[in-house]
Amino acid sequence: MNEHISDFTDDYPKFTPAMKKTHTVLVPAMLPIHFRLFKHVLGRRGYRVEPLENEGRQVIDEGLKHVHNDACFPALCVIGQYLDALKSGKYDPDRTAVLITQSGGGCRASNYVPLIRKALKAEFPQVPVLSFNFSGLEKGSGVEMSLGLIRSSAFAILYGDLAMTCYYRVKPYERDEGAADACLESCLARLCAAFDAGKEGAFRSLCRSTLKAFSAVPVREEEKLKVGVVGEIYVKYSPLGNAHLADFLLSEGCEPVFPPLCDFVLYCIVNNLNDAKFYGKRGKSTLLYRVAYRYFYGKQRALNRMIRRAGGAPLHDFEDLRALADRVIHQGVKMGEGWLIPAEMAAFAETGTENIVCAQPFGCLPNHIVGKGAIRVLKEHYPNVNIVPVDFDPSASKVNQENRIKLMLGAARSSSQILFRQGQNKIS
Amino acid sequence: MAITLGIDVGSTTVKLCLLDGEKRLYSSYSRHFSRVRECLLEELGKAAKFAQEVQPCLTGSAGLGLAQRAGLPFVQEVQAAYGAIRKLYPSADVAVELGGEDAKIIFLTGGVEQRMNGSCAGGTGAFIDQMATLLGISVDEMDELSLQAEKVYPIASRCGVFAKSDIQPLLNQGASKSDIAASIFRAVVDQTVTGLAQGRKIAGQVLFLGGPLFFLRGLRKAFRETLHLNDETAIFPDDAPVFMSLGAAMHAETSAAMPMSELIARIGRVETGEIAVGQPLFSSRREYDEFIARHMRSDLRFENIYSYRGDAYLGVDAGSTTTKLLLITPDNKILFSHYQTNNGQPLEIVAGKLRELYSLMGDRIVIRGACATGYGEEMLKAALKLDFGIVETMAHFKAALHFDPAVDFIIDIGGQDIKCFKVKNRAVDSIMLNEACSSGCGSFIQTFAAAMGMGIEEFSRLGLFAAHPVELGSRCTVFMNSSVKQAQKEGASVEDISAGLSSSIVKNAIYKVIRARTPDELGEHIVVQGGTFLNDAVLRSFEKETGKEVVRPAIAGLMGAFGAALYAKENTPPETLISSVATEAELERFAYSAKSVNCRGCTSHCAVNILTFSDGRRFVSGNKCERGAGLKVVKEPLDLYKFKYETLLSLPQRKGGVRVGIPLQLVMYEQLPLWTGFFETCGFEVVLSDRSSRELYFKGQHTVASDTACYPAKLMHGHIESLLDKGVDFIFYPCESYNLDEHDSVNHYNCPVVAYYPELLKANNDRLTDDNLVMPYLDPNDLPSAARALRRALKKYRIPAGVVKAGLREGMRRMREYHESVVAEGARIMREARAAGKRIVVLAGRPYHADPEINHGIDKLLCSLGLAVVSEDAVFEAGDLVNVNVLNQWTYHARLYRAAEYCSRTDDASLVQLVSFGCGIDAITTDEVRAILESRGKLYTQIKIDEINNLGVVKIRLRSMLAAVEELHRRGA
Repeated sequence: MNEHISDFTDDYPKFTPAMKKTHTVLVPAMLPIHFRLFKHVLGRRGYRVEPLENEGRQVIDEGLKHVHNDACFPALCVIGQYLDALKSGKYDPDRTAVLITQSGGGCRASNYVPLIRKALKAEFPQVPVLSFNFSGLEKGSGVEMSLGLIRSSAFAILYGDLAMTCYYRVKPYERDEGAADACLESCLARLCAAFDAGKEGAFRSLCRSTLKAFSAVPVREEEKLKVGVVGEIYVKYSPLGNAHLADFLLSEGCEPVFPPLCDFVLYCIVNNLNDAKFYGKRGKSTLLYRVAYRYFYGKQRALNRMIRRAGGAPLHDFEDLRALADRVIHQGVKMGEGWLIPAEMAAFAETGTENIVCAQPFGCLPNHIVGKGAIRVLKEHYPNVNIVPVDFDPSASKVNQENRIKLMLGAARSSSQILFRQGQNKIS
Repeated sequence: MAITLGIDVGSTTVKLCLLDGEKRLYSSYSRHFSRVRECLLEELGKAAKFAQEVQPCLTGSAGLGLAQRAGLPFVQEVQAAYGAIRKLYPSADVAVELGGEDAKIIFLTGGVEQRMNGSCAGGTGAFIDQMATLLGISVDEMDELSLQAEKVYPIASRCGVFAKSDIQPLLNQGASKSDIAASIFRAVVDQTVTGLAQGRKIAGQVLFLGGPLFFLRGLRKAFRETLHLNDETAIFPDDAPVFMSLGAAMHAETSAAMPMSELIARIGRVETGEIAVGQPLFSSRREYDEFIARHMRSDLRFENIYSYRGDAYLGVDAGSTTTKLLLITPDNKILFSHYQTNNGQPLEIVAGKLRELYSLMGDRIVIRGACATGYGEEMLKAALKLDFGIVETMAHFKAALHFDPAVDFIIDIGGQDIKCFKVKNRAVDSIMLNEACSSGCGSFIQTFAAAMGMGIEEFSRLGLFAAHPVELGSRCTVFMNSSVKQAQKEGASVEDISAGLSSSIVKNAIYKVIRARTPDELGEHIVVQGGTFLNDAVLRSFEKETGKEVVRPAIAGLMGAFGAALYAKENTPPETLISSVATEAELERFAYSAKSVNCRGCTSHCAVNILTFSDGRRFVSGNKCERGAGLKVVKEPLDLYKFKYETLLSLPQRKGGVRVGIPLQLVMYEQLPLWTGFFETCGFEVVLSDRSSRELYFKGQHTVASDTACYPAKLMHGHIESLLDKGVDFIFYPCESYNLDEHDSVNHYNCPVVAYYPELLKANNDRLTDDNLVMPYLDPNDLPSAARALRRALKKYRIPAGVVKAGLREGMRRMREYHESVVAEGARIMREARAAGKRIVVLAGRPYHADPEINHGIDKLLCSLGLAVVSEDAVFEAGDLVNVNVLNQWTYHARLYRAAEYCSRTDDASLVQLVSFGCGIDAITTDEVRAILESRGKLYTQIKIDEINNLGVVKIRLRSMLAAVEELHRRGA
């Protein structure tokens, strides 16, 4: 066998530990709430992180210029956002790096790092790409992993999930406009301060204070249509990726419900355990994954206990989610968001959120199977569930997407016979 | 009771309906030609005669924004229809509505479900309009013609661009317009069945709504036939065109009443919203004049055909939508030129023009040489006996060299395609052609102009001085349609849209076809050509986007013909005094008849067109191999694809016992030896699914859930149906996250579609159960766990653990054996090719590209071009291990990189990469494979394949590649 190695790699700058002092690290707008916490997680470890907020046509145009036609939309958004930011003049390209997460799964998303490098090479060859992953990829240019960082990240995910969930539960019903936003700000300020002080481990008190703050926001007694959002991780959460889906749903008089990020993290961990179970892929890391799973799942249960005690509906228990997954799809489907998407849809249906937007980037490969492909089976199990798959794409017009969501909402309202009086848009 | 008014503002039409309770007072249907507000106000004015006060409700895609701004009630159009159907047609089971740019389906019984087309889905009214424009007839004429059809051709209906590339060759080959018209309608039906119904059967009483279904009898017929409906089950209501507005009117019962005058005033007051706009093309008249003057300089001189005496050379370019002729003198002066839309009949046009030429030339001028190029090259050469034929890319290159000997970049935007060449050392260095899904070429503007009710010249002139050109994005036609729709909704003017479209075409070409990251990558000496660049707005947009002054010859639209004429001039030997082109006398007698038949040369049964000329000669097209053309067949084609396919089909041997069905598609194109080995050892009989074909695809079409998946995946549905029909005991199709670990990549995944397709099949096919579809999750690299999974999955058959393990070992042995035979046969082919002095093409794709229905016979085509064909799996082990820029983590893709490495240092081998449309992973591999080859100075050629079965474009691409390789060799030698 030919063992000779030909090297076709381009030279690219790596992120050296010394750059922590000199470089600003740009982070894409994906999870607005969570990433504000991550900024402080990494900040305490010496990284100067800046979550990006730039949007608009020029971001998409930069993405279109630098990303292959058939590559996925999230890659296009992320890359467009970096380049637009670097061109804005706000950052010194010689002292800026960009950060991206990498899961190492069998989907294209694991290739974001090379795609970003290719794009940067054309215009900002000096900007290094920093990978944030737990799979040991990009050893020369990744965030240094430590147990402490993993633990802090876990807390950031859980606090972010709690804040996000509370916010969207309160926002549609707030009596005084802006009250939910103000509450979110104060909670985030408290949480960020805890991360800065290294006191993020005060799990119970930080969760309780968040729960308490949100339950103190005055709300109107009214019934609104709940709309669950599932899908590919980026377009599900990122306002840039999903054309401000949450705002649109709020403006339509609905309560948007986003599944927590911890589901996705637990899903990634479980996939490694499943590989060991199904295919005998056991290694040193298997044990670590098992420990991580126990720890993280334990935290989710603790969080749920607190939410229940505060009188709220808990997040969907992850073991329960796995059991639901088994009803509709095999847990071996582990690429992209895999079995998690049908599982979350089933969980929504079980808990009375029967209207679901399945957000996916146009042409997303795993979503052929777990999104559009699974709808029929879900409908067999839950006849009342009302799912609309929406493709997000740089050029698909907003009218097109909104019209489809409106179709779903219209169907939901006429079937549930709830009378909505919103503006002049009365539908009985 | 108050009077209600339903207003449906769609993408192309405005529909009104006035109801007094149940009674219809008034309704109207009119096209708005994108002047939405004006048209609506006018229609409302007419309706005002019937009611002073109304309760209004808007609906429709363009009604949404209007309702919001004017503060009027709105109902989603499918909802509107749903309510009306329930009231008026309570017995209907399904309703299908086709509109201008939307298609909808509502299942009314057995679980209400409402669906709309996705964002990439043609098969709508706009698609039909586009196709009529392509045929050069009105929609009504197309309808009329379709009723006389005798034959239906397969046409892709996913989007207009695809369908065009299917239809164009049919036109050029002389297929009858009535057959094509019927095929177009059939394509719309297929789109509705796959794209919308997505696995749910359209049955029972079906209601057909919307304008196109009301006005087009041919379309109605196609629906009835395909869905097997009769007079009772297919309902075409009289109010179909205005049905949505009727629904909106019914819905308006809860709206507040208002005087008609106020309604009109409110809509009249709606302000233009915010839209992204770009810079005007010209800031002043002076700038425009300078621009015009600069481009006037690149022109050819003319010679008077009435007085000239001497030799002449003729170039004919039979393009996809236009036919071009040019007659030049030996010193390159133009004697005669002609440019015409070919209306699908290039042969008649060329024959007619030749007659005209003979009468103009008298005996003063002698044509010494004639050369044909373009889509119709071979047909023209055969029919009118031109001396030469060259591939169109070469013709364009020759012509560009004439205008700028230092040219380093050529871009040609024609009616249907975009061609770009980079030039190094006066030879073509790389060729890029547009993919089916990044179109947006000349005919696109033409269709748009027609939709706005004006000619293309007028439409593009409007854009020149637009103050705020709209930003429309840079993707395919369907996307641009909806961007335009949105811009119109926001009140953009026709001028701004025209300028915006020009700039979209340019951006599309630069960033999507050429894939340039910055305009500087193009080059310094750019020649632009093709009919589309005669449009000054497009030319200006191109210069603005690149920031460069480019050369546009005044004969931009005739460059192919000019290049052909130059070729004829250069290649006519001195001793040839007169061209062999049909003489005046021959033309007098010239006539032909066209016939289309199914070739019976082999099992492919290609649909071939036969032109029979008056002198008895024949020309055959549409064939994939020599057999169809009636030529002698190459006895032993050097074709590894054929070997692989035939070897696989012959694998199952054992008869008797439990019958297990294996669908020969996707991963089975490699693992069939493994699973036949396994099952035969366990005492089962392996039954293969039917061979892939278009018919097989249609058989499973109704269970396809995602119409943007790749064609191999979509074909799988047909394979499953065929196995179910064969009554096998169960179907075996495992889910494999991991493929074989060949120790040359970071990981060894399958792509998500290959890995988990059984899940989708099971979820969307009623006939599949846990019992008859066995789909264990297993990893072929780990025998113990795979054996456990198999034993569990097949527990019904109680196979002893030892037998399962032995079966797996036997399977793995057979798979190794198969692979070794592929490598050995590949080596033999290369040896023989070298002995015979043939070039070798490594046709690199995935194992399932060996399926003739997927590769559309590209291997045979390559053989007929005198090449030897091997596949990537036969050579990758001879390639080095590679370090690449991307994460190298899929088994099949890792082979591609190594095959490319092998080709990059093998002189007589060229790599042609086959890419399935919709393969997201190849979006990553193609750039990398290209980079590997180009880093070592080799050409890269990519062919994108889908369900479309059009080898015309592929042939041009392959011939261009061969011509470029030869050119490189000539210079290198």
